Amino acid sequence: MEVLTYDYPAASAPVNGRAYVGVVGSGDLEILMEPSTDGAAHVTITTSVDGYGAIWRSVVDRFFSRFDRAVRIEINDFGATPGMVALRLGQAAEQLAP
Amino acid sequence: MTLAPSPQDFERFLARKSFIELGAADRAAAILDPGTARVLLGPFDRLTSPWLPLQGITPQSDDGVTILRGQIDGAPAMVASIESRFQGGSMGEVSGAKIAGALELTLKDHLKGAPTRPVILFETGGVRLQEANLGLAVIAEIHAAIVALRPHAPVVGVVAGLVGCFGGMSLAAGLCSHLIATPQARLGMNGPEVIEQEAGVAELDASDRRLIWSLIGGAQRAATGFVDTLVEDDADAIAQAVRAAFAAGVGAPARTEQVEAYLARIAAYDPAQPADPLAMRRTWGEGEAA
Repeated sequence: MEVLTYDYPAASAPVNGRAYVGVVGSGDLEILMEPSTDGAAHVTITTSVDGYGAIWRSVVDRFFSRFDRAVRIEINDFGATPGMVALRLGQAAEQLAP
Repeated sequence: MTLAPSPQDFERFLARKSFIELGAADRAAAILDPGTARVLLGPFDRLTSPWLPLQGITPQSDDGVTILRGQIDGAPAMVASIESRFQGGSMGEVSGAKIAGALELTLKDHLKGAPTRPVILFETGGVRLQEANLGLAVIAEIHAAIVALRPHAPVVGVVAGLVGCFGGMSLAAGLCSHLIATPQARLGMNGPEVIEQEAGVAELDASDRRLIWSLIGGAQRAATGFVDTLVEDDADAIAQAVRAAFAAGVGAPARTEQVEAYLARIAAYDPAQPADPLAMRRTWGEGEAA
């Protein structure tokens, strides 16, 4: 198990409300999204698979290339593929109020 | 003998809303009256297992159990639902305590004169081995809470599948006033893999699905009186069966109160002549002991 954290300083406005998707089951992950109060975005990932920090970084980078709100994201991962992670991030973002 | 499915059968199958395919929270919401569900101790409360990360295992933010308050037929209700995809629905210290605590609070409601209908959606392999005795302790608390609640309201259990219900939690299911299952469900103390591992493949071939379901599947459990209502995997049908159980109220003695009848069953059974599933249905069939 490995814990990774990423911060993204530039953000427009905090997200409205919270979003929760997924499950910590085989090949899946759960994502909790909440407003961030310090104007930046923060991501904490707990993953069951060690040594994939670089791939996580690029998946989360890509998400924040299209999403600029101040959000606190917590991810509990159970071996999801990068595609699955991207889909779940998109699903959670859709659940947030505009 | 199965007849070829008709076009109506396909229509019915497509119109049906599968309960098995739903996650824990959606299952619980499907049982409650529409629009009444409210989550207690949800993911954002972060009541996670303190023991899993110490063993290098990713925890889940609600420890795999969803507790919902709401209404069933307009009456206050509590549904505890187990998420089978997280750690096989296993009962850890936190997930088990959430169920036990919810049942204990339901009992308090009854004693205060505010009757609340308790439902447990079982989908669990039993105790979470990584949390050992702490998991077993909370399962015992769940058992005690079900027994304490039973005189006040029917405690309704549902085993939908596909994991089924095993170990200490199968005892919890056995303690319920009314148990509902689908044909896909399995209910038993030891899972088939455990029996094969401990007693050998000659004793039980865990890969023989037909055999397994003929022994511990929902239909067999219903035919031998361990399950009260057998329903198709349909969220509406299951919600309806739950409503019917509450409408019937506290009536006949629970299975675990019929001690003499079950002792007589066991006394009449000859282990030297193991019975096949059909013989079990004949000797332990409905109307015998229960």
